[in-house]
Amino acid sequence: MKSYNMPDQDGYFGSYGGAFVSETLVAAIDELKRQYAHFRDDPEFKAELAHELRHYVGRPSPVYHAKRLSDHLGGAQIYLKREDLNHTGAHKVNNTIGQAMLARRMGKARVIAETGAGQHGVATATVAARYGMECVVYMGSEDVRRQAQNVYRMKLLGAKVVPVESGSKTLKDALNEAMRDWVTHIDDTFYIIGTVAGPHPYPEMVRDFNAVVGRECLTQMPELVGRQPDVVLACVGGGSNAMGIFYNYIPHQQVQLIGVEAGGDGLASGRHAASLSAGTPGVLHGNRTYLLQDAHGQIIETHSISAGLDYPGVGPEHAWLKDSGRASYVAITDDEALHAFHTLCRLEGILPALESSHAVAQAMKMAPSMGQDKILLVNLSGRGDKDMATVAERSGLLL
Amino acid sequence: MSRMASTFQRLAQQGRKALIPFFTVGDPQLELSLPVMQALVAEGADILELGIPFSDPMADGPTIQRASERALKNGVTLTDVLAVVTEFRRENQTTPVVLMGYANPIERLGLDTFATQCQAAGVDGVLVVDYPPFEARRLKEALGRYGIDMIFLLSPTSTEQRIREISELATGYLYYVSLRGVTGAGGVDLEEVKAQVQRIKTHTQIPVGVGFGIRDGHMARRMAAMADAVVVGSRLVEEIESSPSPEDVPQRVGSLIRQFRQTMDGVQ
Repeated sequence: MKSYNMPDQDGYFGSYGGAFVSETLVAAIDELKRQYAHFRDDPEFKAELAHELRHYVGRPSPVYHAKRLSDHLGGAQIYLKREDLNHTGAHKVNNTIGQAMLARRMGKARVIAETGAGQHGVATATVAARYGMECVVYMGSEDVRRQAQNVYRMKLLGAKVVPVESGSKTLKDALNEAMRDWVTHIDDTFYIIGTVAGPHPYPEMVRDFNAVVGRECLTQMPELVGRQPDVVLACVGGGSNAMGIFYNYIPHQQVQLIGVEAGGDGLASGRHAASLSAGTPGVLHGNRTYLLQDAHGQIIETHSISAGLDYPGVGPEHAWLKDSGRASYVAITDDEALHAFHTLCRLEGILPALESSHAVAQAMKMAPSMGQDKILLVNLSGRGDKDMATVAERSGLLL
Repeated sequence: MSRMASTFQRLAQQGRKALIPFFTVGDPQLELSLPVMQALVAEGADILELGIPFSDPMADGPTIQRASERALKNGVTLTDVLAVVTEFRRENQTTPVVLMGYANPIERLGLDTFATQCQAAGVDGVLVVDYPPFEARRLKEALGRYGIDMIFLLSPTSTEQRIREISELATGYLYYVSLRGVTGAGGVDLEEVKAQVQRIKTHTQIPVGVGFGIRDGHMARRMAAMADAVVVGSRLVEEIESSPSPEDVPQRVGSLIRQFRQTMDGVQ
């Protein structure tokens, strides 16, 4: 694992990944592959990206010792990588800036995106405003209802939000619709995919843009505590924040990597979105990966309290990390995530996104049985302001 | 000679072009799929394209998405699709049948199992929308063992090099997607279709079909002048969708395809 060099030139992480798209899109992804391969090593591109991340996003994001939470649990020390403090309130902007910069260099004046919780849509609308590009965001109508605040935010930023009424009306259907838009406007449109899924080169490219998260941790942890953490935890829907913090730790074999999926009402209930924990390999949205599907290969409707994790697939690199044993994946239920949400609010004054609350919940589960000298690093991938209505509703309140 | 090759040979001898209707098996009801196939053949279809329903048909517009949703609501599976072909073959040994769908239901069944069952049912060709040639190589090999054609798409965005590569791999016919977009969309640029089909024909001897966005017989006739086959999908599914009752469906799609046939062939 020392010489980790995935994916291969065809976009494969072992047997996962690839580029499963219709012919019309092949030319577009080939072009994207060429352009990305060129600009990723271009000094001028790298300098501009570094500048944007520092002055526009506010990087580096701090690592924070959640001492009261750790004391409360009485075991391992919990540290939070504060991606919630980024501009727009989540890790998503790391990727949208990179892709928008690429889109500009490719002469594309129009960007499109899919969104679940709305964080990627907001991050895309934000950079589109920043660079003066036309922006259309596809969002399942069920998510439009759940995330009304983010919908309005995108509109304020000048984006057009298109509610998607097909299928389960959630993230996967938004992705289908964005793909349909892309194939229709292939000449002038850049599709900013929000997670480490989709056809090659998206899983690699989105990972690379988010890898700044783990890269910062590699220097921040020794500065803070004199060493790397014992465990790194992150929630996994499509898996972009998790790949972002995992990637640079993959060669550090002594650091355990744990991805936390949405367990919904519990894996046994069938109402969840835990594709790695309970799914089987298949092909969806341009890549081969673990999917929640029935015996006939139809995609199953998923459930999670968190719209951002409510997705029946997962990035192909996570599928590879699972099979290779380098990372392990667990599921946290809606109730456990909510409990973690409230606990972090009360003990640390931090309101986490419901997505990130899943990773916090897993850390809270593990910490008590570990020694106080052990260190858990949680990617706090986003802030929870967008989730207040959902949490209030679950508590029987109407805002 | 395969059913596919002899069909195109016969048409060439008659100076006619192939009319290829598409519908999704199980839409509006599984029991109607066989009568629909029979009606289409009786009214002038040369080859049949049968859609395998899928929950996430990324390359399809709203009309064919709805057809998939109706079929899935009826519980239709890939196994049911193959069973319909088996039934059809009891009476018809001449009309080629092509299955069209997405990779996941086929991979779930297993590529070798799928190929074996296609052979047993009497399937002549398979088109997997999200299998570009590189990803299709294992299925192409499995189907090839039984002489079943793997149908590939070409599009307005296909480069000269890609046209050459895919033309070398293709058997049966090449399916040219006439527009940048999903099935059922508008905005076909006839000049571009003509130029691109001509480019394709410099690289291959096998027939070239044109599909996507062909709304009526007049358009089909224009396409037929440039290519060897015309595919009619969303327009036919609209006819199924707007049928007042399911029992009318075979007759209605039959008469629609008769109109296409007559206009295409220049019969007024």
